[in-house]
Amino acid sequence: MKTSPLIESVTDRFPDAVLASHTYRGDATVVLGRKSLLKVAQFLKEDPAFEMNFLMDLTAVDYSAFGKRATPAFFASSGVAVKPSPQIPDEDPWPGPPAESRFAVVYHFFSTAHKHRLRLVVPVEEGDAEVDSLIPLWPGANWLEREVWDMFGINFTGHPDLKRILMYQEFEGHPLRKDYPVNRRQPLIGPVN
Amino acid sequence: MPGNDMQNEQPSYFTSRLDKAIGWARKYSIFQYPFVTACCGMEYMATACSHYDVDRFGAGLPRFSPRQADVLFVVGTISHKMAPVLKRIHDQMAEPNWVVAFGVCTCTGGFYDNYATVMGIDTIMPVDVYIPGCPPRPEMVLDGLMKLQDKIQDQHTTGNRPAPEARPDIL
Repeated sequence: MKTSPLIESVTDRFPDAVLASHTYRGDATVVLGRKSLLKVAQFLKEDPAFEMNFLMDLTAVDYSAFGKRATPAFFASSGVAVKPSPQIPDEDPWPGPPAESRFAVVYHFFSTAHKHRLRLVVPVEEGDAEVDSLIPLWPGANWLEREVWDMFGINFTGHPDLKRILMYQEFEGHPLRKDYPVNRRQPLIGPVN
Repeated sequence: MPGNDMQNEQPSYFTSRLDKAIGWARKYSIFQYPFVTACCGMEYMATACSHYDVDRFGAGLPRFSPRQADVLFVVGTISHKMAPVLKRIHDQMAEPNWVVAFGVCTCTGGFYDNYATVMGIDTIMPVDVYIPGCPPRPEMVLDGLMKLQDKIQDQHTTGNRPAPEARPDIL
């Protein structure tokens, strides 16, 4: 498996924090333990070799249904490829979900100075779905963390105003969790439809 | 006005002709309120601009206050979060008013069947004309507009407002 200088540098600096790493088609990913997130993120932002001054995206994945259901043929029939063409050699196949944990919080960083990217993946357990907020380092994380909390119910420790951002306040549950019933409706007015 | 002879209780042709004239005037001076939330808005703009020229039908002056409008064009997906706002806009419109569901999302929810989307605005308000399509072609919009004009004229000719089309029972 190919690696990247960014991954090696992070792994050398935080050997205990890095659980795994891979590069998938040139995108470097580091899987981190939850407790060391803030420390590593601060290093990524302030170290002159990284200078990750742009938090491009912050999202989460619910792996609880991953691999348990057959892929629906919807996309295949629509002409959108569901797996890569065999003519493209896949030297670094995706290694799969990062851990046994149900959730993973995903951070995408970019450095406008060095023009390089790094993805951090933090596995989060279902019973203790909580990670540190990155607002002290990147203020733009505010709304992104609210969105992840709204959709997945993952808490961000230290967030100043963790409330719903997409759904309305009366909404119950977190709709992008795989155990949210796909046909559950919570209209504010009108009949349930 | 001569001819409005209530003492004999006979319908006079003056009154009915006046109503018809009001209907004629009203159907060619539609003041629309475009409630645009999504991609159908581009098609709405294409229809409203000079190439298709909605002003040929007297509907060329959109008003951006519901109190000045008499046709509510609901253009685009309506989410459950937006639904109370839309209902309030509708409640603010003076009578008589009409509602046009523009695009398949407002008619039935379209291809959205999820936690966020209202499955057709007729669950929260009466709808006079449905224009399906994703998005509808301007020709379909103009066809719907002409159907609405027929409804407005009928209302003033017969004195009865055509009932909104019933929502089929899907549950």
